Amino acid sequence: MRTKELSYWLFLAPVLLALTLVVIVPMLLGVYYSFTTWNGINTGEFVGFQNYIDLFHDQRFLDSLWFTTKFSVVSVILINVIGLSLALLVTGRVRSSKLLRTTFFMPNLIGGLILGFIWQFIFIKVFASVGEIIGMESLQGWLSTTDTGFWGLVILMSWQMAGYIMVIYIAYLEGMPKELLEASEIDGASSYQRFRFVIFPLVAPAFTVSMFLTLSNTFKLYDQNLSLTGGGPYNSTEMVAMEIFKTAFMQNAFAYAQAKAVIFFIIVAIIALVQVYLNKRKEVEM
Amino acid sequence: MKKKWNIKLEVLGLLLAILWLAPFYLMFVNSFKSKKEIFMDTISPPENWSFDNYIKAFEELDFMQTLFNSLLITVISVVLIIIFSAMAAYALSRAKSKLSTVLFFTFVAAMLIPFQSVMIPLVTVFGKFDMLNRGGLIFMYIGFGASLSIFLYHGALNNIPRSLDEAATIDGANRWQVFWHIIFPILKPITVTVAILNIIWIWNDYLLPSLVINTPGSETIPLKMFFFFGEYTKQWHLALAGLTLAIVPVIVFYFFAQREIIKGVSDGAVK
Repeated sequence: MRTKELSYWLFLAPVLLALTLVVIVPMLLGVYYSFTTWNGINTGEFVGFQNYIDLFHDQRFLDSLWFTTKFSVVSVILINVIGLSLALLVTGRVRSSKLLRTTFFMPNLIGGLILGFIWQFIFIKVFASVGEIIGMESLQGWLSTTDTGFWGLVILMSWQMAGYIMVIYIAYLEGMPKELLEASEIDGASSYQRFRFVIFPLVAPAFTVSMFLTLSNTFKLYDQNLSLTGGGPYNSTEMVAMEIFKTAFMQNAFAYAQAKAVIFFIIVAIIALVQVYLNKRKEVEM
Repeated sequence: MKKKWNIKLEVLGLLLAILWLAPFYLMFVNSFKSKKEIFMDTISPPENWSFDNYIKAFEELDFMQTLFNSLLITVISVVLIIIFSAMAAYALSRAKSKLSTVLFFTFVAAMLIPFQSVMIPLVTVFGKFDMLNRGGLIFMYIGFGASLSIFLYHGALNNIPRSLDEAATIDGANRWQVFWHIIFPILKPITVTVAILNIIWIWNDYLLPSLVINTPGSETIPLKMFFFFGEYTKQWHLALAGLTLAIVPVIVFYFFAQREIIKGVSDGAVK
């Protein structure tokens, strides 16, 4: 097939049209609108970087950015530690391996919105009643403070995503040459040594994929945030995606919200590119 | 070397599995209780398994209609994503040129753009053309879903030798026939992966349909669930019955296709 052929363009036409109208045009328009006073109907006037200057003094936006960052860092670490541990467990000498994989993976099939509602019940009702039975004050009033909202989101995401990340680590663990492990065992390496010097370097590429996936998923989180805490109390558990949504559709500040959306894009893109770059370099070294 | 059975690991695994399933257990047992019973005890199974909550939730969610809406949008979107992405990836992989490289790179780069960054102009532009409806939604899913799908198909196509295409062309088949009769059937494993990844995403998606679908009666399950939950907040017995109903189709799907699902998700992430 040649690019000059008609069939080349016919094969590409539907997706090119869809990508252009759904992603590329809105992205370019969005960047343009972020420099104006656009209100959704009229473009308004060109105001240069005014929206961008404003958002760096917008405490609510900066708080959401900081909350999102803290949440992502803690979640990425926990999800990867739990995910790798589960992967080592189910690929170990257990008979119920298949059953365990199925179970740990299950939450990923269900939408974040629904999972958030289920956990809202657990944190609010079940935690309170268990706290009453065993006499633990700290189990009362979950999700009603910033801290419990934060840890509630972390627990929900770790529970949901650990099984997903487990599946990725399993793919690498099972692709590992068996002889290497056996040889190290015969040579008398301890479990720790085997993990540190044999397994770990071999699954290093899995870290690229897993870190990238967890970081971008947690940084862009919306559904779980909406259904678990709704951003409360007093917007203190509001993440960036939700903050942008509210600025646009509740305060009707379209151009301003779009400026935040552009900053959001830049951060997400930088994270992705840096991560891929760093991990690629690390793989070569190992 | 034969695997020895590690019983401690086994017990640990099973305990963790119970912990993982606990949220579903709690949702399930409490969905049968009365409001008062939930207030008294959230851990034990209900005194009697009454379906009252389910009857009410089923009606309020307009469950059959909502389920149908979700199925309709998911099936049509996923089928179109498969057809169009496979075709596009085929063109890009067979016509090696600078242009193809640039286009492929554009599709991959588009994956970096978070939904929130295009959401506001997207909705206003589509609103102007009166496209905030189910047709528009499906079109948007093609736009957002194409990148990953093309990426996966492209990888698979590069492993299929071109001599196969050439042989079929010599036998008199045109591009369309070569692709659909020879190439597409060979792509079946990757098609399963593409289908599963897109089904999970579209079925569970909340934000996009919440912005696009405004007509009562055409809501998908997540959308309807959000309204339902808002209406019955503090009435956990009804909310939990609704949540359980919303999960049932996913569990059925998982039960029948779990091997393909786990493989699909893992392939989709690793490639």
